[in-house]
Amino acid sequence: MATVEVAERLQPPSPVTRALIGIFTLWQRDLLRYWRDRTRIAGGLAQPLLFLMIFGAGLSPWMGTLGGAPVGPDYLQFLYPGIIGMSVLFSSIFSAVSVVWDREFGFLKELLVAPIPRWAIVVGKALGGSTTSMLQGLLLLLLAPFIGVRLQVGTILLLIPLLFLLAFSLSSIGLVIAARMRSTEGFGLVMNFLVTPLLFLSGALYPLNNLPTWLTVLTRIDPVTYGIDAIRRVVLSSAGVPQPVIDQLGVTLFGYPLNPLLDAAIVLALGLFLIVLAARQFARPD
Amino acid sequence: MPATIEVRGLVKRYGPVTAVDEIDFTVDQGEFFGFLGPNGAGKTTTINVLCTLTQPTTGSVRVAGYDVLRESHFVRQRIGIIFQDPSLDTQLTAWENLALHARVYGIPSTSWRPRAEELLRMVELWERRHSLVRTFSGGMKRRLEIVRSLLHAPEILFLDEPTLGLDPQTRGQIWAYLTELRRQTGVTLFLTTHYLEEAEQCDRIAIIDHGRIIALDAPERLKARVARDIILLSTEDNTRAVQELKELFGLGPMIVDGTVRIEVERGDELIPQLARQLTVPIHSVSLRRPSLDDVFLALTGRQIRDEEASDLDLMREQVRARH
Repeated sequence: MATVEVAERLQPPSPVTRALIGIFTLWQRDLLRYWRDRTRIAGGLAQPLLFLMIFGAGLSPWMGTLGGAPVGPDYLQFLYPGIIGMSVLFSSIFSAVSVVWDREFGFLKELLVAPIPRWAIVVGKALGGSTTSMLQGLLLLLLAPFIGVRLQVGTILLLIPLLFLLAFSLSSIGLVIAARMRSTEGFGLVMNFLVTPLLFLSGALYPLNNLPTWLTVLTRIDPVTYGIDAIRRVVLSSAGVPQPVIDQLGVTLFGYPLNPLLDAAIVLALGLFLIVLAARQFARPD
Repeated sequence: MPATIEVRGLVKRYGPVTAVDEIDFTVDQGEFFGFLGPNGAGKTTTINVLCTLTQPTTGSVRVAGYDVLRESHFVRQRIGIIFQDPSLDTQLTAWENLALHARVYGIPSTSWRPRAEELLRMVELWERRHSLVRTFSGGMKRRLEIVRSLLHAPEILFLDEPTLGLDPQTRGQIWAYLTELRRQTGVTLFLTTHYLEEAEQCDRIAIIDHGRIIALDAPERLKARVARDIILLSTEDNTRAVQELKELFGLGPMIVDGTVRIEVERGDELIPQLARQLTVPIHSVSLRRPSLDDVFLALTGRQIRDEEASDLDLMREQVRARH
C-alpha cells in the first residue's frame, strides 16, 4: 500500500475567491445534473407540449384572432410565449426544490461545512437553476415554426437574457421558501399553493386587460406577469404583429403599457431583492 | 503533544432543551478520541459545534488552533467530516464528488488528483470511480466519504457514528481503512459512537450522558475503575441466588437482563467457591473483563445497549435503503 503523504497545508483563499469558487462549483453541478437527467429534460418538455397541443389547439378555433384586428395573433400564437414562461416557472421552482432534497439527502451538509460562505451556496444554486430553466425554455423555441411564429436570430438573442432573468427571479422565490424548509413534503404543499396561482395570474393563458379590479391587482403582483409580458412582446413582435395590437394584448401598469426593458427591470429588481432575502435566510445559523 | 481541540464550558440549548450542558475537554494532536453515549446524549450536537455547523450558546471552542465562531473558515479548511448520514451527491460519479470537494476546498488539481487516486486505491474504489454514487452500497458510500474527507489533508477527522447502519463485516473493513490511514497520516480522529467495540480502540474516551461528560479517560483505566472481573450467573432462581451471594460472600450482585451480575476482584477464584456453596442450581457461569458498557452501567445505572436500534436508527436505515 502506498503511503499517503500529508499534503502541504493549504491556506484558504480570500473570501471573495472562496465565494466565487463556491458559486461556480454549484452552478456547474446543477448543469451537470441537468445534462445527466434526460428524463427531467423530457418531462419538462411534456407539460408545455400538452398545454400547447391540446389546451391551446382546442381553444384556438373558438377565439379567432386576438387584439381586435384581423392581423392579430390566433390564440395558439398568443399562448406560446406564455407556455415558454410557464416552463421556466416550473423548472425554476423545481431547481429550488433540489435544495430541500440536498438537505434531506445530506449533501447540503457537505456544502455547509466547506470553507465557502453560505450566501455563495444560495447564489450558485440560483444561477444554476436559472441557467437550466433558461435552457428548458429555450428548447421550446424549436416549436416556433409549428405555431406559425417566425423567430429571427436577434429575437432569440433577446429572449436568452429575458428567460434567464425570469428564471433567476423565480429560483430566488423558491430558495426563499426552501431556505427554512426541512422536508420535501412541506415543499410540495407550498408549491401547489404558490406555483398554480403564479401561473394562473401571470397572463400566460389569457390577456390581463379588462379584468375585474381585484384580479387586475393580483395579476400585477405576480412577478411572472412581467417576465411573460416581456417574452410575449418580443415573440409577437418578431412574428410581425403590429405594435398597437401587441400593446392591447400586453400588460399595462397604472394604465401605461409596459415594454420588454421595463418588464425586465421589474423582474431583475424583484430577483435581486429575493436572492438577498434567500441568502440571509440561509446564512442564519442554527 | 499540544491540544488541537479545546472545549471550555460549552453549552448548547435549543429553546428550553439543553442538548450540551457545560462540557470541557481537550484533544491532543494525533490522538484518537471517542465520544461514547446513548442516542440523544449530545454527541452529534457537540460534533456539530466543533465542525462550525452549530453555534454554541455559551463557552469557548477552539479547533485546530482557531475559534469556531470567529474563524470558522480556517477551522473548516483544516477539518474533515464524516457525517452520520451519507452526504454525497448520488447523481454524480465518485470522481465528480471528489472533484467538487477539491474545488470548494481550493485544492489545485495537481495536488488532489494523485491523492484521490492513492486514497481510492486504498479503499478499493479506484475501479468504480466513474460510476454514479447512486449505484453504490452503503459501505462503498462510506469508503468514498472517507476518501473525500481526507482529500484536503485535514488535521482532524470527525467521524459521527461512521458505521451506523452498516453490517458488521463492512464495519470491520471501514475500521481497517481508518486505522491504516491514521497510521500513515497521523491525523487526529474524533469519533462519536454508541458501539462499544469501536470506542474500545480509542486512546481516550469521554462518556457522555444527558449532555454532560460523566467520565473521561483511557478505556482501560475507565474499566479498571469498575472492577477487575465480572461474573454472570444464570440460575434456577435469581432472587434467591442474589440473597445467598449477599449472605455467604458479602457481595453486591445485581440482576441485569435475567442474569445475576457480580463485580469482583478475582473472578477465577470465586467461581469454584460459588459452585460449591450456592444452594440454588446454577445453569451457567461466565467470567469476563469489564466492558465500557459496564462502566456506563456503573455510572448511570443504565446500559448503552438498551438504546441501540432505537426508532430513530431504524428510520435512518430505512431512509438509507431508499437511496
